[in-house]
Amino acid sequence: MSENDQLEANDGQQFDRLPETAADREVEGRATREAVLDWWDERFGVDPSVFENHSFWEKGAGKVWVFAGDLPDPTRDVEAAGITFLRTRQEHWKPTTDAAQRFGRHATKNTIVLDDAEAKRFVAGDDQDLEWDGDWGYVVPVHDVAGRQEPLGVGLYVYDELKSMVPKGRQRDV
Amino acid sequence: MEPFERYRDVVDDYDAFLAACERGLPMAVRVNTLRATPDEVVAAFEAEGVDVERVDWHPHVLVPDTDSPGSTWPTYHGWAHGQEEVSAIPATVLDPQPGERVWDACAAPGSKTTQLSAMMNDEGTVVANDNNLGRLSALRFNTERLGVTNTVVTNQDARNFSLKPFQDEDEDDEDVAFDRVLVDAPCSCEGTIRKNPDALDNWNLGHVEQVASVQKGILRRAVQVTKPGGTIVYSTCTFAPEENEAVLDHVLAEEPVEVVDYDLPLEHVDGLTEFESDSYDPQVTNAKRVYPHHNDTGGFFTAKLEVTAE
Repeated sequence: MSENDQLEANDGQQFDRLPETAADREVEGRATREAVLDWWDERFGVDPSVFENHSFWEKGAGKVWVFAGDLPDPTRDVEAAGITFLRTRQEHWKPTTDAAQRFGRHATKNTIVLDDAEAKRFVAGDDQDLEWDGDWGYVVPVHDVAGRQEPLGVGLYVYDELKSMVPKGRQRDV
Repeated sequence: MEPFERYRDVVDDYDAFLAACERGLPMAVRVNTLRATPDEVVAAFEAEGVDVERVDWHPHVLVPDTDSPGSTWPTYHGWAHGQEEVSAIPATVLDPQPGERVWDACAAPGSKTTQLSAMMNDEGTVVANDNNLGRLSALRFNTERLGVTNTVVTNQDARNFSLKPFQDEDEDDEDVAFDRVLVDAPCSCEGTIRKNPDALDNWNLGHVEQVASVQKGILRRAVQVTKPGGTIVYSTCTFAPEENEAVLDHVLAEEPVEVVDYDLPLEHVDGLTEFESDSYDPQVTNAKRVYPHHNDTGGFFTAKLEVTAE
């Protein structure tokens, strides 16, 4: 009997708190808190201490939420707990636009500085050719607003092109 | 404006009131202090060539000189949220603190929910409920866009709101009762006439009375799920006493609660103790009515209540 045979299946109708480590895992395929913190640290250089007051929850296969409040584990009959944060259960994990805006200020790598015209194209949902000397994959484009380098959301950088991942409902003609 | 005739004898300057109701209302935004300071938001608007006026009674409410604040950097980044000036009153009066448990009983589209969370520095828990599934998507959109992570969204009828989802197996209702509750009730919306010129098109007294019955049920439930000593704010954007003082009067008679005074640094008048043939508990004078001609805003009613030990 393999290990997976002893694990439960994911219940898409309830919020389950992510286990701390793989040793604590009771649901097949579920991401762990440790892996989520490692991922943000490795991809964007976000220090794990940034999330010390947050818990992570899965509702819907692979959809991880970040929550600062208090709820029993598991929680049923609620529509949302905090905000959507990270898409797991796929080869390349993908942060949400809202998570990148909320936590992206703490990113120290794989950010791309855009000028005003590039930033406007990005939030309009346009892909653009851009030279950048970094790792292909998900990136957090930033631009200057009132003296801050502010994260715009999530981009996908491949083949010298920055693809905008801003969802339709968040796209704006600034 | 014909439905407003019934307020001719209770509004202090009826002609000025009517004239104000016929004017449009400037757009206002609230600074999302989780993400930026008022100075940063002003600087960001000005960098786009948009002048900004600050209101004198609330440091986080700004009036940018643009018809489309939604297509600006401060809004895209969740630094600012379009919210009518008087709509910032109830959360300000409720004054939630970081770490508390707060219930927003009629939360969609979430302007006040996200203001509560910001006042709590995104610490503690805000349960944001709405019975209208269609409006929940707007609530979700706003909590996500403003990066509010201490909010739980529920879809229940607030009149018989269940605390079960928040309880561990060994807990009961008292263990998860709230420190503060906001009841920003569904109402006949008379006070939004400047923003929605058709707000009175379907006005009738039967609807007012029907809504009032729902409001009473929600406010009673709010008292029941609040800790003794806890605070409730009851607010509407309407002038009808049936939906305001009469609701307070009813709940004062049925539940262990009192209506208390508070400071409101906007011009206003006290709640009414009499209207037409009805009279209300004298405590309702602690509630406050803001009319459109007072501060050049929308109309609003806000009462602060404290739950007493049973």
